[in-house]
Amino acid sequence: MNILSLFVVIPLVMLLALWLSRNIRQIRGVMVTGSSMILALAIYLTIDFIALRQAGATAEMLYTDSYTWYAPLHIAYSIGVDGISVAMLLLSSIIVFTGTFASWKLKPLTKEYFLWFTLLSLGVFGFFICVDLFTMFMFYEIALIPMYLLIGVWGSGRKEYAAMKLTLMLMGGSAFLLMGILGIYFGNGATTMNVLEIAANNHIPHNWQMVFFPLTFLGFGVLGALFPFHTWSPDGHASAPTAVSMLHAGVLMKLGGYGCFRIAMYLMPEAARELGWIFLILTTISVVYGAFSAVVQTDLKYINAYSSVSHCGLVLFALLMMTQTSCTGAVLQMLSHGLMTALFFALIGMIYGRTHTRDVRQMGGLMKIMPFLSVGYVIAGLANLGLPGLSGFVAEMTVFVGSFQNNDPFHRICTIIACTSIVITAVYILRVVGKILYGKVQNPEHLKLTDATWDERFAVICLIVAVAGLGLAPFWISNLIHESVAPILGNL
Amino acid sequence: MNYFQFLDMIPEVSLIAIIMVLFLYDLFTEGKSRRYFQLTACILLGIHLIVNIQPDGYTQLFGGMYQSSPIAHAMKSILTLGTLIVVLQANNWLRRGDTRHKQGEFYMLLLSTLLGMFFMISAGHFLMFFIGLELASVPMACLVAFDKYKQHSAEAGAKYILSALFSSGLMLYGISFIYGTIGTLYFRDIPAGLTGSPLQIMSLVFFFAGLGFKISLVPFHLWTADAYQGAPTTVTSYLSVISKGSAVFVLMMVLVKVFGAMMEQWHPMLYIVIIATITIGNLFAIRQQNLKRFMAFSSISQAGYIVLAVMGGNAIGMTSLAFYVLVYIAANLAAFGVINIIEQKSRGKVDIEDYNGLYQTNPKLCFIMTLALFSLAGIPPFAGFFSKFFVFVSAFNGGNFWLVFIALLNTVISLFYYLKIVKAMYILPNDAPIATIKSDSYTRLSLVICTAGILGFGIFSAIYESLYYFSIVSL
Repeated sequence: MNILSLFVVIPLVMLLALWLSRNIRQIRGVMVTGSSMILALAIYLTIDFIALRQAGATAEMLYTDSYTWYAPLHIAYSIGVDGISVAMLLLSSIIVFTGTFASWKLKPLTKEYFLWFTLLSLGVFGFFICVDLFTMFMFYEIALIPMYLLIGVWGSGRKEYAAMKLTLMLMGGSAFLLMGILGIYFGNGATTMNVLEIAANNHIPHNWQMVFFPLTFLGFGVLGALFPFHTWSPDGHASAPTAVSMLHAGVLMKLGGYGCFRIAMYLMPEAARELGWIFLILTTISVVYGAFSAVVQTDLKYINAYSSVSHCGLVLFALLMMTQTSCTGAVLQMLSHGLMTALFFALIGMIYGRTHTRDVRQMGGLMKIMPFLSVGYVIAGLANLGLPGLSGFVAEMTVFVGSFQNNDPFHRICTIIACTSIVITAVYILRVVGKILYGKVQNPEHLKLTDATWDERFAVICLIVAVAGLGLAPFWISNLIHESVAPILGNL
Repeated sequence: MNYFQFLDMIPEVSLIAIIMVLFLYDLFTEGKSRRYFQLTACILLGIHLIVNIQPDGYTQLFGGMYQSSPIAHAMKSILTLGTLIVVLQANNWLRRGDTRHKQGEFYMLLLSTLLGMFFMISAGHFLMFFIGLELASVPMACLVAFDKYKQHSAEAGAKYILSALFSSGLMLYGISFIYGTIGTLYFRDIPAGLTGSPLQIMSLVFFFAGLGFKISLVPFHLWTADAYQGAPTTVTSYLSVISKGSAVFVLMMVLVKVFGAMMEQWHPMLYIVIIATITIGNLFAIRQQNLKRFMAFSSISQAGYIVLAVMGGNAIGMTSLAFYVLVYIAANLAAFGVINIIEQKSRGKVDIEDYNGLYQTNPKLCFIMTLALFSLAGIPPFAGFFSKFFVFVSAFNGGNFWLVFIALLNTVISLFYYLKIVKAMYILPNDAPIATIKSDSYTRLSLVICTAGILGFGIFSAIYESLYYFSIVSL
């Protein structure tokens, strides 16, 4: 069997094993075994992929394979990965692994929770390994629907409202997306669903591209929190349980950026060039608006949710700049944002689990009470505002340098506007850090609280190591991405 | 006359045989020996399904009155499967004190309507078609009014028969126009005489309106909610899938094969009707509190999606239609199975509010209901996703971009109301949820078949591909 199929098979086996497991120990056993197997697989894949590239494999996708599924409609289970998908698989497996530990003590209905959680990760992995339009879309939707129950049942606050809003907006997005996919399929002559073959043919008529590019881009853009379709994101993140926020902000929102790049821009390059400016304006607004909104929030999760809107906006922003460096930066930003936002949400969940409030005004002096979590929070914050040595710096640097390389005046202006978000990010991060970690203890009850337990520490340390690793040694992964961006940009 | 001709219509002949066997069984037994009636009926239907699963080639009998093609044959098998599931789910209801003595009648009526649908599907002549349609409608009215001492049921029966008769009348009027302008009622001869004259357009409209009642397309849907609510749940489920599935299939067959030359006339008509059906079905479903009414409006909007396949007008469309009906049978009957068992065991609780907190007491039923609703909403990896996708492909293929787009946006609305039930079961709290239900083995078997269908029909592409092959051969 192809090594990539394991990314789908392992979650399937996990689902079955979870279904059969009787008590909490078995459930945890299944989750830990499964998610660490996936993590090991992703690491092996990354190493092997780099080795293959160094050995001279120049094909756009490696490990390709294809099994015909619905022959009359040319639907196939076609798989293959390039540097971008490898990076995304690595990211997803880290988040799923740490997410398992972050929801270690979750109650009630633990079994059901992990069933939906695993189904969600199945969808995510499937999406990243596939190169067939239909199969990708199927996995994309598989990743979306578990969110409803994960937020609705295990969430907090206005969970029903948030869950319904999120599901309907994302499904609305996928209605646009399906329209786009049908357009691509028929525009290309209804002969293949394989992304690579469609890109190689590259003969979708111009007027079709002008219609279906915006639909596809918008469809994925909704998941990538494109302004003005980002409103599901703050509510959804605020209500979701910890691990779900991690997975959602960390991985699921990346599906949007990845899809925009791999499907919308790659397959309909003419329209991407001509209509890109519309979306560029929207993403610039996302970047700045998200950052400003984060400044005025008082709920920790809302702050991070808006920060995610801003940072995910940066992903789409960099993609639309269409230079090789900026697109590399976009993928790096996906990686970096995925890791640090997961770290953030994990820490917020842990703090909330102790203080039972996420309101910034009701917390203070936590550094003395829970030093481990607080230090973690500071590191996450610094990564978020782009401190050199952590992942955020590498990603944002690449994004902005790459964007500035596009010497069209309009693009330059957008870049300059988007750059201001760096400063605003510093404002809201430092304000929160100062307020909740330092200063006086606001609530005497908080003095009794304890620091992180072993499972929480483990999750946090894993993520910090990944964030620092990406920040200190970025070149192996940025080279990997750099060369994979080339064929897509070559098409543009 | 060659009597061996009858042997070529195996599905009908074997169904008549089943009806006869059950009739004699019912006639000559009493009391305790009637115990196995249900079992016998299920086994016979199962055998019928297996015998007929292998489709034969193209046959034409009685001078073209009766014709059968592989896809028509496959459609009959699909309907038989659905009927088998319905019969399995009827067990609880049929064993109730007030219906026990009417078991025989139930099967006679039910299988007669199925026979009528078979004839309707295989008709090669408008009169043959009309007889099939009537055979499918009249006993159905008795079934709807089966719980006759319940006012709702009797009222629903009256509503059904009145609207069915009205639509039959309309249709017959339309058919008479065809005879008047062309001079023949044979399907194979009509296309040559079609000129698109006003009378023929009238006949097309009347014919379409008649079938529209059966499929409950908007604006012919007004009877649906009342009839669905009033009828016994078993009959409602039968009405919503089997009756509807056969009518849509016939609609496509006739529109494509007989009125193919008048495509320019029926295309815009269908276009508007589909949009109205899907949208109005969805919007009304949102406000329903009674689950059976809810399912009625949901099934109206589902009918719109099925008819979307007709817009394709080619083999892909035909395949998508048959596949959609198959998947719809699995998903809708799973939902109705759960509704039915809960209604029977909880003294008639069918409101959405009653389902609050159901997951605490009946996790398995909730799980099946969730699968069914997700499948109806078109969520992968369940079969409904695939069937919806194929329908969209076939309509898109015909160039109906806006239609597909509106239908797609409607899936979001439908997701909203399907999720309302999921929300009731999993999220909303309830101090006194419905007590734990122990279902009987018949219902369990039916739910297992449905669940297997929901999970398997999409993943295993062989079903779709063989349907595709049959359609290519047939069209």
